Amino acid sequence: MTEQATAPVYAGVDDLRRIARELLEAGDVRVVIGYEDARRGARPVFVSDPAETDKLIFDTRCVHNLVTYLNPRRDHVAELGKIGLVVKGCDVKAVAGLLREAQLSRDDVVLIGVRCGGVLEENELPAALALTPENVAPRCYGCDNREPTLTDHLVGEPQPEPPRPVMTIDERVAALDDQPLEERWAFWTDQFSKCVRCYACRQVCPLCICEQCIVEKTQPQWIEASAHPRGNFSWNITRAVHLAGRCVDCGECERFCPVGIPLSLLNRKLQHIMRDRYDYTVSDDPENAAPIGDYRLDDQQEFIK
Amino acid sequence: MTDAHTDFEPRITAFVCNWCTYTGADLAGTSRLHMASNVRIIRLPCTGRIDPLFIIKAFERGADGVIVSGCHPADCHYTSGNYHARRRFAVFHDIMEFVGVDPRRMTFSWVSASEGAKWKDVVNEAVANVRELGPYEAYRALAPDAVEPWPQATDDLAAAGATTTAGEEVAT
Repeated sequence: MTEQATAPVYAGVDDLRRIARELLEAGDVRVVIGYEDARRGARPVFVSDPAETDKLIFDTRCVHNLVTYLNPRRDHVAELGKIGLVVKGCDVKAVAGLLREAQLSRDDVVLIGVRCGGVLEENELPAALALTPENVAPRCYGCDNREPTLTDHLVGEPQPEPPRPVMTIDERVAALDDQPLEERWAFWTDQFSKCVRCYACRQVCPLCICEQCIVEKTQPQWIEASAHPRGNFSWNITRAVHLAGRCVDCGECERFCPVGIPLSLLNRKLQHIMRDRYDYTVSDDPENAAPIGDYRLDDQQEFIK
Repeated sequence: MTDAHTDFEPRITAFVCNWCTYTGADLAGTSRLHMASNVRIIRLPCTGRIDPLFIIKAFERGADGVIVSGCHPADCHYTSGNYHARRRFAVFHDIMEFVGVDPRRMTFSWVSASEGAKWKDVVNEAVANVRELGPYEAYRALAPDAVEPWPQATDDLAAAGATTTAGEEVAT
């Protein structure tokens, strides 16, 4: 393995720690959720003691979307009290998603935004690497929220644009689109057949907010619960469709998938559908209503006889 | 390809709204219009009530094709159910195509209560499309031992008894 360059120290980290400490000292928040350095790389950390805010870091290993801790399913986090949350541009879109769907009050959280220049695909590393086309998380390419507006604080200097990955997600989606129907079917059923139905994709998703998931309904049982190809197909399609127009492309479902199903391709395809049909791009504006749950009288209907 | 399936009778599930298409299908019947008899109708209050999961469920239970039909735009009994459905099915149609489901197996239509003749055409076209595509073996192969066969011919229907219709079996 060739030696890879480490990333320069993130310039905003002192501001990040200072803001977290001030928020905790003033009692504005009870806990700050951010990132810390640990044995296996960066990981989420809950800091409630102002003296411990020096733990907080930010670098290219901070891939996690911490907004998942604001998901109303995690009411034990909300019970801690008001939260200060460290968020990247993509994560802020998930906050906007929760606000848009009335799952969160803006007063419940203080958002500490970090200007992000992209993250690594593989985060369990002892040191933050400089991004290259080989190691960058593909979703970072073309990021459209590098200056988040929804945040209460914004730290760090403007970062360089993330490098273009060897193959972008759009290119992979286009490659699938170009294949004949039978090959797409073979590709996806093969991918879905790997699914072990651990539901990690759902658990980590900041926007999978149902108290009772459809997959847990047993009377009637809509989705077969055992891990076999037919039930897996139903589950994976349903999960994707339920995120249509809501998914913020944080990539956590794919990162958490223990069997490596390329869920980001499915999510990206849905984003394309939303863009092409409804001219919709998910953003960090809570007023930007999602297309599903809304309609226009002149919506496309070329597929309807 | 067409020749290979000449003795194949497609099994098609139709999810229709109570107010327009169901009544339209009723009209087709009372008007004595001849049409393919491969369709089992499931009546729902509105196209807005039709979850895309219904379509997946129909395929799971052995349908070769699916029809979804309801009131024309601006005619919805509940004002806007069909508009919401239109978006939902547009997205579902596109993503199913992306994962390799032939869109010709899914027919979407607007059929009003007065359009018995249109319902006939929709049914005949859907049956012809699916007949050409053949049995949906690819989907059934996902769980080769698990598919519960539908009553296939009229003899089977009679044997199944008056209380159990094919439509109810699919709806469970």
